Amino acid sequence: MPSRTMYEKIWDAHAILEMDDGTWLLHIDRHLVNEVTSPQAFEGLRTQDRTVAHPELTIAVADHNVPTDNRDGPIEDPASRLQVETLERNVKQFKVPYIPLRSVRQGIVHVVGPELGLTQPGMTIVCGDSHTSTHGAFGALAFGIGTSEVEHVLATQTLRQRPSKTMLVRIDNALCAAASAKDLALHVIGTLGTAGGTGYVIEYAGAAVEALDMAGRMTLCNLTIEAGARAGMVAPDRKTFDWLRGRPNVAQGAEFDAAVKRWRALRSDASAKFDKTVIIDAQDVAPMVTWGTSPDAVVPIDGVVPDPENFSEQQRPQIRAMLEYMDLAPGQAIEGLPIDVVFIGSCTNGRLEDLAAAAEVVRGKKVASGVRALIVPGSGQVRLQAEDLGLDLVFRDAGFEWREAGCSMCLGMNPDRLAPGERCASTSNRNFEGRQGTGGRTHLVSPAVAAASALSGKIADPRKLDR
Amino acid sequence: MNRFESLEALAAPIPIDNIDTDKILPGEFLKTVERKGLGRALFARMRYRADGSLNPDFVLNRVPWASAGILVAGANFGCGSSREHAPWALLDFGIRCIIAESFAEIFYNNCFKNGILPIVLAVPEISALRETVEDAGRARVRVDLVGQTVTYGARIELPFDIAEGRKRALIEGRDEIAETLSYRSTLLAWQQANCRELPPILLDVE
Repeated sequence: MPSRTMYEKIWDAHAILEMDDGTWLLHIDRHLVNEVTSPQAFEGLRTQDRTVAHPELTIAVADHNVPTDNRDGPIEDPASRLQVETLERNVKQFKVPYIPLRSVRQGIVHVVGPELGLTQPGMTIVCGDSHTSTHGAFGALAFGIGTSEVEHVLATQTLRQRPSKTMLVRIDNALCAAASAKDLALHVIGTLGTAGGTGYVIEYAGAAVEALDMAGRMTLCNLTIEAGARAGMVAPDRKTFDWLRGRPNVAQGAEFDAAVKRWRALRSDASAKFDKTVIIDAQDVAPMVTWGTSPDAVVPIDGVVPDPENFSEQQRPQIRAMLEYMDLAPGQAIEGLPIDVVFIGSCTNGRLEDLAAAAEVVRGKKVASGVRALIVPGSGQVRLQAEDLGLDLVFRDAGFEWREAGCSMCLGMNPDRLAPGERCASTSNRNFEGRQGTGGRTHLVSPAVAAASALSGKIADPRKLDR
Repeated sequence: MNRFESLEALAAPIPIDNIDTDKILPGEFLKTVERKGLGRALFARMRYRADGSLNPDFVLNRVPWASAGILVAGANFGCGSSREHAPWALLDFGIRCIIAESFAEIFYNNCFKNGILPIVLAVPEISALRETVEDAGRARVRVDLVGQTVTYGARIELPFDIAEGRKRALIEGRDEIAETLSYRSTLLAWQQANCRELPPILLDVE
């Protein structure tokens, strides 16, 4: 057999047949369902009198809309409540496994899936959410789909796909101690641009990627969509297997050993050809901060806001529009920008390791007066584990709000939103205009920079805080 | 799925790169359980001012582009969130075709599922087209999917590429799910041969 990339191996193992329109029917191993992008798909099944082909391969959880402050009563916003209730009605009718809002397992679907061991190497995983790329951290082929495709997967457990091109992003050397997976991912997006990955599936490799823990790999793969590639993946290795061992829904004993043997074979062959290779030096990565309204508008924390004059004539008006929206001037230092809000959470940075990194910066200090600071764990399990470590007290004592799990201020579908003009240091994934609330200004940062910024009341480098 | 063969309509220029799906349809409008009715919220933050009144400067609020059926945009149109609510909002407003320098992948795919034709043209072609349709008197554009051409102005005809399978699916307005289900026995046989038996999903805390 000719040498193949990991993507090609997973594709080959799931391609059922070629249709007459040039697409392939790809078998889907796991279908994750949320409350926002599924109602119309279930409704489609109902109007056509169709069923869910494989409810046992499907899992549903509400995450986008859910309140993170108080879960005692019904959801206050009637539209949010309707979406969650609609999901509950649909999973009941179509017999889809569901994690209820008040379960300790509830959380952001991209945090919950891996936690439950539902994400495994070699699988095809889809969800009506672009950040499904997260699951590629385990050596799975995972990507976001639209609602029509959600309906197609529900009805057939397959997806019609055209093969993607392959890109190897090799990250050599080691990250410096102050740089996290988030900084690396922002650096990669800044290098590739927001459309640099369009049409590709990215495989991340190299010393810096191997050195990342599973949480870091999830952060890196999560942000792949912000470079335009639908999927990012990392070859499974010992860290992956150790992480999976003993989780619910993962095989045990001899069966687990057999699975590890299969998983090891997924790795791209040494002579496999990628359509494109990009090499990045991890030593170039500093703590990063975005200055614009596109995730590739990013500079190191000691950098300055760029001058539109240094861009092409075509780009200039858009750079100016970004600066106007962000209320920034060319040449202005990023470090020291006063902020109003800090958000630590999301499918990008809402895992235990992220909260621990923030807590290390925060311990024994206070949130600057006038700053509203939120910690929103990615799942109920993350919340419980953090509480076991006493991290909730570190945050609460400092003046952070300690919330229930959900997507929260990443996209402001629940009441957690920025007010017009507010500036936020956020560990989320998108700094688009109005993403966190109409008129809100988002700076994407790592958990450590977000924490340091909360304490300083301005964008701050954790290395420079008084110890 | 809606069919698409040809279209003659007013084209509105939106000369901005990286129009993300949050811009096309902001998150607060995702709280719907229906496909219809989103046209009102299309480009909400660009179309309306803070007090809710129409922004007279935005192209889709101006005559004649308020009744546009085609958009002429920049690069990487539809990036960001996978929300199909973005094409639903475009369709509900009356947009059936988007001409851009490039598209983000999920959005591009979502267009076809809704009978919207996304067309990629080269930068110089798009720039000239955009400049022309900025003139209210010359904003009519004809798109012919069968012949794969965009025609405007003084009979300027631009050919465009599209995958043959995608073209046929749009022209025929196929029901893809019905088509896939017609292979049901093949799917079942494949799954029996290739899928490991999985135990039911465990959701309890260990």
